[in-house]
This record gives sequence, C-alpha cells and structure tokens, in this order.
Amino acid sequence: MTWALDHLSEILTRAGQHAWLAGLPLVLGLVIALPLGWLASRTSWLRASLLTTTGLLYTIPSLALFILLPSILGTKILDPVNVIVAMTIYTVALLTRTVADGLSSVDPSTRQAAIAMGYGGFARFRAVDLPLAVPVIAAGLRVAAVSNVSIVSVASLIGISQLGYFLTDGYARSFPTEVWVGIIACLLLALVFDLVIQVVSRALTPWTRAVAA
Amino acid sequence: MIRFEGVTKRYGDADSGSADGGSPGEGGGDPGSVAVDNLTLEAPTGQITVLVGPSGCGKTTTLRMVNRMVTPTSGTISVDGRDTASMDVAELRRGMGYVIQHAGLFPHRTVVDNVMTVPRLLGVDKRQARSRAMELIERVGLDPAMARRYPAQLSGGQQQRVGVARALAADPPVMLMDEPFSAVDPVVREQLQNEFLRLQSELGKTILFVTHDIDEAVKLGDQVAVLRVGGVLAQLASPAKLLADPVDDFVAGFVGRDRGYRALSFAAAPELSLTDEPTVRLRATGEQVRAIGSPWVLAVGDAGEPVGWVRAAAVDHEVTRDLLHRGGTVASTAGSLRALLDAALSSPSGRGVVADDDGRLVGTITAAEVVPAIEARRSATTAGELPEGASTR
Repeated sequence: MTWALDHLSEILTRAGQHAWLAGLPLVLGLVIALPLGWLASRTSWLRASLLTTTGLLYTIPSLALFILLPSILGTKILDPVNVIVAMTIYTVALLTRTVADGLSSVDPSTRQAAIAMGYGGFARFRAVDLPLAVPVIAAGLRVAAVSNVSIVSVASLIGISQLGYFLTDGYARSFPTEVWVGIIACLLLALVFDLVIQVVSRALTPWTRAVAA
Repeated sequence: MIRFEGVTKRYGDADSGSADGGSPGEGGGDPGSVAVDNLTLEAPTGQITVLVGPSGCGKTTTLRMVNRMVTPTSGTISVDGRDTASMDVAELRRGMGYVIQHAGLFPHRTVVDNVMTVPRLLGVDKRQARSRAMELIERVGLDPAMARRYPAQLSGGQQQRVGVARALAADPPVMLMDEPFSAVDPVVREQLQNEFLRLQSELGKTILFVTHDIDEAVKLGDQVAVLRVGGVLAQLASPAKLLADPVDDFVAGFVGRDRGYRALSFAAAPELSLTDEPTVRLRATGEQVRAIGSPWVLAVGDAGEPVGWVRAAAVDHEVTRDLLHRGGTVASTAGSLRALLDAALSSPSGRGVVADDDGRLVGTITAAEVVPAIEARRSATTAGELPEGASTR
C-alpha cells in the first residue's frame, strides 16, 4: 500500500498510457467494424467469409503481432502505433460479428415497416437498424474493452510503457507487491471502461427501459 | 385506383425478386413456384378492396408488389394511371400508408415520433409534423398522453392504432394493409375494425387490405377478391354477392357455412310492426315482476334502455343486475335483418329486443315474425337481380 502511494504519479501516468493504448483502438475498431458488420448482415455469402476472416485475426498471438507490425508498417519497434494497430485488429475481430448480429436482430416487422416507408439502405441503417443494435453492440464492446486492457499489458515485453510494466518489473525484481499493483490497476481500468460503455449505452437506449405501464 | 394488369410473380427464377430485404413471404417456398398468376384486378379509388384466401394464395405477395417490396415477374401495376415500375421507389412508398400485422413500430422511438416518421422523411418541419401526429393519435382513439410512451408500453391493440396513425400521417391517397388486425384478441379486433370503418368513411382512402379471415373480408370490403392457392383470382365481387352467389366450390367452401344467414348482414332491417313489451325497472319487487304474468320479463334502465331479461320465478326481493340473463342480443332499428333475427333467436323469451339509435327500447319481435321479411326479400331479389350491396365501381 505504501509502495502504491509512493509511486502514485507513476501508476497514474502508466494508467493513462494504458487507457490510451486500449481505448483508442476500441473507438477505431468500432468505426471499422460498423461498415464490415453492416456488409455481413446484408449479404449472406459475404457474412460467412467476412466473419470467419475477422474471427481468425483474434487467434494471432499479440506478441507476434507487436513484433511483426513494425516490418509491415515501417514503424520503429518502440512506436506505440504498433500497439494501437494491433489492438484495433483485435477489436475489429471481436466486434464485426457483434455488429452483424446486432443489425440482424432487428424485428422483421420493424424492418419491413421501415422499407415500406421508403427508408433506403444507408438511411435505414442510420435511423432504424443501428439504434436498435446498440444494446448488442454495447455488449460486444464491453468484452472487447476488457480484452484490450488485458492484452495491452503484454506490450511491456517489447518495452512500451503502460501498466504491464509493473507486472514484468515486479517479476524481474521478485517483488510481488508491484505485480499486485499492476493487476489491480488493470482491473480498475477495465471497470472504468465497462462503466463508461454502460453509461453511454444507457443514454442511447432509453426505450429499452420502457416497460408496460 | 390501383390497377393490376396480367401480373405474375414467380419465385426461384433468375431474379430472387424481393427488393432490398423484403422477405418473399407466403408462396415463396419451392423453387419456380408461382405466387401470383396473371392477376388482373382494379382497386377503385376511395374504396376498400380486400384480398382474401388461404395460406399460399399470394395475397401478401400481391400487396407487396404494389409498393415494389416484391418485384413482379411480368405484368404492370399502376396507381392512378402511373406505372409503379417507372416511379422512384422511395417516392412511391412514401405515397402509400403501410400497416402490418404486428404494427412494426420502431421500438426506439416514442409513439409521436413513430407517427411523425413519413412526414419527416418528406421534409415536413418538426413542429408541423408533431402537431399533425398528435391530431392523428387522437383520431385513432388514443389518449394524447400516450404520445410520449414507447411502443413496448402499449397493448397490442394500441400499437396497431399507432400503426394506422403512422400510415395516415402523410395523408397518402393509398393504404396497403397486411392482416393489420389479426394479432389482437377478438374483442379488440372488432373495435379496431369498427373504428377503421368509421375512419374510412371520413377519409375515403383507396385501400388494399389483406386478410385470411373471410368474416373480416366480408365485414370491411367494398369488394372482395378471393384468391386460390397459386395466386389465381377465383372471384371478385361485393360481399353480398360473394355470399349469395359463390362462383365455384372453392369459393363456396372458403366463404364457409352459414353464408345464407351471414348474407342477411347486408339486408337492412325493414319496417316491421314490433310488439310492445311490458317492462320492469331495475330494483322492481318480485310481485311487480310476477304481475306481468310472463315467465321472462324485460328489465330496463333509467333511460329506458333494455338491460336484460329476468326470470320471474327467480326474483325473491327485487330485480338486481346479477339476476339478469346475459344471452340476448339487442337489434337496432337501423340494423340488419341478421341482427334482428339474432336478437329473436338469442332471447330466452323468444322475443327479440329492438332498440332505437339512442339505445331506448322500441319493442320486441319473434323469429316467426322476422322470417316472412326474409322470405319477402328473397322473392324480391329472385324476381330482380341478385343483391349487389355496395357498388363495385
């Protein structure tokens, strides 16, 4: 406890870095997964190939990706961009299916009514399908957020600063307190992410809490 | 006027046919199956044309071809003389109200926002669209306080009213209705049907209405098109003509039993001499009831409205509501021969209760007195032409 208090500013700095490395890819991944999921939900032959491909991306070990990306992107090994890109890939892998499922979950009679009112492809996506898919997408985002927070810590093995440093440093120095501080800080960060997603999702879906009067 | 000319829809050919995600619906099962076969039909302006038939008769496919949610394989469909195939699809659809079985409301929008949908899509400003929506919400019989609620907070019947209001919001000349009242219970269904007829008498829309329920078809339609499996038009006629003169065994079978009795719905009750019925008030004593000298005595309320029959022998102290027999129906002087006969048949005393428009008792009539009126009508119609009911044009 005293160790944690003594190193509070360092913990906070690394937590901020960790949040950035896990959070930005969450947003980028969602932005990429939305059109992909939309395509998958509209075209049945694309659905199978798209979802299998994006799903497989998740099986690439993170350490391999952190090391391989610099040679693909032409970045330096210590460049945080590598982590951002890698985490974005994982987020897309998790979210494409969620988005596709969410968009497909819209009640057929609701969709039919939307079509009959002259809502074309994109307008229907924006005005009807996407708002109705928010609860499903938010659930997927929560999983992706927790997964990102956990995977980002691996990046300390290639020397990128974030909370994972306490795990590797504590292990190297045989100092369990530091490892515990790293774990708890990761946990708290994941909780914060989860909370933010829930609050935003609730704000976007007042209708889900409307029950029969 | 909606006009189908030689319209055929075949599924399983090169084109899958259903435009952007609209499911093929019934009749779209096996490859190469014909859902609608060379249909030629006119739905006249300002009238209700009902498409009725068993599952697989292509009635829903027919309806969806009008707003091009399903593309015809061949033939043309025109609305007020314009070929729908040549129109912009969004413009075409926004010019037609569309009501479906489970209402299909947008769950994430409040009632008023649902109703505002099409006017907003057409570019009507928010305030104007809102006030129009509020007006319609009241017009379809909903409490304006419900405008702020979400669809999940409404009953099935209320949702269906919102569905109708939403379809009417842009004041389209044409309404397409696909089994709109099928998913609600019979009592609510009858209310919705009656209010729908009342609305239509005010609005005079050109309506194409799909149902599998022949009773609903006969009740609502100005004309009824009976389709057989495979999408072939079996008969197009007024409800009265359909009941009186089915064109073949299929239509006769589909129209069902009791059609002779049901056809009486379309015959206005003639002026018949009614019998004055001695009555008692509620709370009348047992002696007062028995003084009338009849085993069944009619009780009336304070405004002179019939409230029910009471068995004289069952009254100990006074006539209370729980002693009343509930089986008898009340016919209206402005009603049909069917209602008149039903009142007589359902009455425990055998005397059918007839009330005026304000619900006050006018008199009673027995089945034996109604039958000659039915016989008289029959000889009049066989002498002349068959009963045509509402005109088909």
